[in-house]
Amino acid sequence: MNAATINFTFDGKALRARPGQTLAAALLDNGTKLVGRSFKYHRPRGILSAGVEEPNALVTVGTGGRTEPNTRATDLFVYEGLVATSQNRWPSLSSDLGSALQLVAKALPAGFYYKTFFGPPKLWLFYEKFIRRAAGLGPAPTEIDPDRYATRAAFCDVLVVGSGPAGLIAARDAVHAGKKVILVEQDAKLAPSLLRDPHEIESKPGAAWAEDVAAEIRANGGKVLTRTSASGLWDDQFICLSEKLVEPGQVPANGFTQRYWHVRAGEVVLATGVIERPLTFANNDRPGVMLSQAVRTYVNRFGVVPGQRVVVATTGDDAYLTAQALRDAGAEVVAVLDSRAAPAGQDSGFAVFNSAVPVTAKGGKNGVTALVANLGGTERTFACDLIAMSGGFTPLVHLHMQAGGKLDWDEAAQAFVPGASRWNVRTVGLAAEPAPAETVGATGVAKQAFVDFQNDVTVADLDLAWREGYRSVEHLKRYTTLGMATDQGKTGNMAALDRIARREGMTVPEAGLTTFRPPHTPVSMGALAGLATGEHAQPTRRPALYDLHAAKDPIWLNAGYWKRPRAYPVGAETLAQAGLREARAVRSSVGMCDVSTLAKFEVQGPDAVQYLERVCQTSVGKLAVGRGRYTFMAREDSLVFDDGTVWRLEENRFLLTSSTGGASRMATWLSYVRNHLCADLKVSLVCVQEHYAAIAVAGPKSSAVMAKLTGAESPRHMSVVDARIAGIPAWVMAASFSGERAFEVHFDAAHAEAVWNAIEAEGCTPYGLEAMELLRIEKGHMVVGPDIDGRLTAEELGLGKMVNKAGGWIGASTLHRPAFVDPLRKQFVGLEAIDGGSIPEGSMLVRWIGGEAEGHVTGSGLRVLEGGSIAIGHLKGGHKRHGEELYAYSPTRKQKAKVRVTSPHCYDPAGERYRD
Amino acid sequence: MKLIPCPHCGNRAQAEFVYERTADSVVPLDAEPDAAVAALFARANPRGVEEEIWRHTYGCGSWMLIRRDRVSHAIEWVKPLGPEALP
Repeated sequence: MNAATINFTFDGKALRARPGQTLAAALLDNGTKLVGRSFKYHRPRGILSAGVEEPNALVTVGTGGRTEPNTRATDLFVYEGLVATSQNRWPSLSSDLGSALQLVAKALPAGFYYKTFFGPPKLWLFYEKFIRRAAGLGPAPTEIDPDRYATRAAFCDVLVVGSGPAGLIAARDAVHAGKKVILVEQDAKLAPSLLRDPHEIESKPGAAWAEDVAAEIRANGGKVLTRTSASGLWDDQFICLSEKLVEPGQVPANGFTQRYWHVRAGEVVLATGVIERPLTFANNDRPGVMLSQAVRTYVNRFGVVPGQRVVVATTGDDAYLTAQALRDAGAEVVAVLDSRAAPAGQDSGFAVFNSAVPVTAKGGKNGVTALVANLGGTERTFACDLIAMSGGFTPLVHLHMQAGGKLDWDEAAQAFVPGASRWNVRTVGLAAEPAPAETVGATGVAKQAFVDFQNDVTVADLDLAWREGYRSVEHLKRYTTLGMATDQGKTGNMAALDRIARREGMTVPEAGLTTFRPPHTPVSMGALAGLATGEHAQPTRRPALYDLHAAKDPIWLNAGYWKRPRAYPVGAETLAQAGLREARAVRSSVGMCDVSTLAKFEVQGPDAVQYLERVCQTSVGKLAVGRGRYTFMAREDSLVFDDGTVWRLEENRFLLTSSTGGASRMATWLSYVRNHLCADLKVSLVCVQEHYAAIAVAGPKSSAVMAKLTGAESPRHMSVVDARIAGIPAWVMAASFSGERAFEVHFDAAHAEAVWNAIEAEGCTPYGLEAMELLRIEKGHMVVGPDIDGRLTAEELGLGKMVNKAGGWIGASTLHRPAFVDPLRKQFVGLEAIDGGSIPEGSMLVRWIGGEAEGHVTGSGLRVLEGGSIAIGHLKGGHKRHGEELYAYSPTRKQKAKVRVTSPHCYDPAGERYRD
Repeated sequence: MKLIPCPHCGNRAQAEFVYERTADSVVPLDAEPDAAVAALFARANPRGVEEEIWRHTYGCGSWMLIRRDRVSHAIEWVKPLGPEALP
């Protein structure tokens, strides 16, 4: 070990690695064979591969908020101070209690979950606890990730995935053709295949050639990104890249740990290569059983010889290179088991056995000790400490298929290769033209012969599923969980397909393949979130008066994206106390409330009335100039979805207001109606939601306050006048949402503070949404959302008398559907508590506790001045049930109240308080 | 993510657009009750080509009719819609 030695720990044990080694290479270098425990049976597992397809060697790396579970040891380059921990074992990796599960493996057969689902629910609840504890990967970190994730968008002419010779040449050709190129490589080094199998290209050593080509690409304006995985490919060559700026768990130098790219490419070239397939034999998952090319990678690239007495088992020629590399490194190749008939491999110089397949690996958690093989009918045992297996090669077609590409069956290679692509995507290199192979992979032995290592699916499990009738690949996948682990079955799917095809008496391409979905390799959640975390997870909308409210330090409410004051507590007041005080100020004197967030639209033009009488279910044309009215809007199915007010400012100019929360929906709806249903009308509409600020002034003294502020007589209820307040032009609209005489003042939002301050100086008590709720519930005013929930008609909401009898409004033609005649449809009602106590909001209305829900409480409040719990809600046939006694019952909150059904208008039902 | 050729802005990412409804779900104001109910609740929903109404909501705001294969995602054509559509 030289000065460049890197210190790291595995399960607390201090170990040393050489620069450039993956954690897997470093563990093998330190003689560590046992790396993890399997998902379901807790079987001891080592290292199978040398790439991102690794199903076994999953570890947790990092500490605290940087903890990253389920990191593949083969896809993690060791750094100074790396802390790696094995997973899914207790109390320790070596003596894992859960591995006793192997003894009861028969109790957890394929489809176990499905079977328990069909059993009694209580049994599942029992199993669930047991299963969740026993079967699991690394736990997610509980602390917040201290690092940031960058996001970048890019455009290029050609994006090349994979930096092997085929990818590098494709990228080089493209830059020389004047194209803007991005080349991505998930490994830390370019052309990893040339590090595994060093050879000259264009008269240069492979690795040096790769570096030179990359430099050439960069010099011509191209971008070469290493440690960058193309995780997903979508329509029109939209590709997502996840770039590791540091290794998992490592402290980033500048705070950014990963960069997530959204790239739109003119063309995508996939040079993704192939991955090797395991062979299926009993105990093929034991530590010390590795893929042949992986063994060669460890020997040639990382300088680690994973075994000294090796049996190579293969179905093709490639594994002979592994045998040679092992021999060159000083290891003994005990035997080469070649599934092909003689004379395959006979001139290789190794002890080759033809028509030979592995049957059972012997050994335990510390590695294999022998391999029992079937040599064309006779069994023989070879003592060994490493088994290198090669079951042929599977092209990496994931990205091609994600983007809707078809697959073709390559009979010579016994593999699926990319076929027609839906977009401008082409595949080059080995992924398009894999080496010839004789079979997909012999799947002889069934028991303990794993096809999906990560999800613990054996050949026997596949057979069981097949016997139980799960025969299409899609059913088989879901029943056995085959290919559903984080590796998406990269190594095991083909062997499983082969098994099922044989069972069904069909060919592998007839059996088909399940769909590959993004991501190709796991992507950190943080990378997807980017900087949109915490308070930045969604936009914040601040009304014009935000700063003024903030100075009063209110209790805020997030109303959609809006920040709105919920109450302005004085001293040590709670929310409920402050809300009640504010509401009482409105009932007894005068209050003011910022209602700027209301949706507002100006509708103008000679056909404005015609347009509005389609959108609104009420009449509009009868309004005189200077008058306004309450209105509501239905969808085409005649169910009411929003409400508001409409004001005739001039003969052909109207202001329409509607709910804050429904503002963007209403903007789209108005535009839809205008463009699709009323294209012939002469009308123009403009959303002025943020252009005008609005303040409600409400209470018995509000008229006097407005008269003083405007220097003129206050308009009568539902009239609008032009006025000036603090010198600012304003519309003063006499409208009420509280039950009191009230006004809404609308004016240019740029002057919001001046107008607010002038009104507040007249002794108005600011009130927030909490007081507004109490006031409007007592009065029986509905809000869009809980009350107007898009499921009731105007009649059911109690608005039937206001509906425009002339018709013509949207929804009129569907109002007489038979379903609306059902007397048990829900209707809007009021409720009052009989026995004291409060009516739980959201509770269901039942005749007796445990009875069927006949409705629910949409808003709960109290009589603002007298006290006593009241509420509003939806109740089946409610209009005819006033006086009936029910329970408002919330089983989740274990609350109930005895209630009496009433009119929703609990306060001043005749509207006398609107008059001066 | 698809590119959609907005009649006004040219090719833009699908994220800028909102799918509103199928073209055959538009209920004309003078529709007979049966026709209105059929348009709302008994549409064809074919596996394949369908005409849809989209809006470039997070772009220019214009409405358009898109004829699109819902299996292959291929867009046959895009037409501007309504009086607010730009030429």
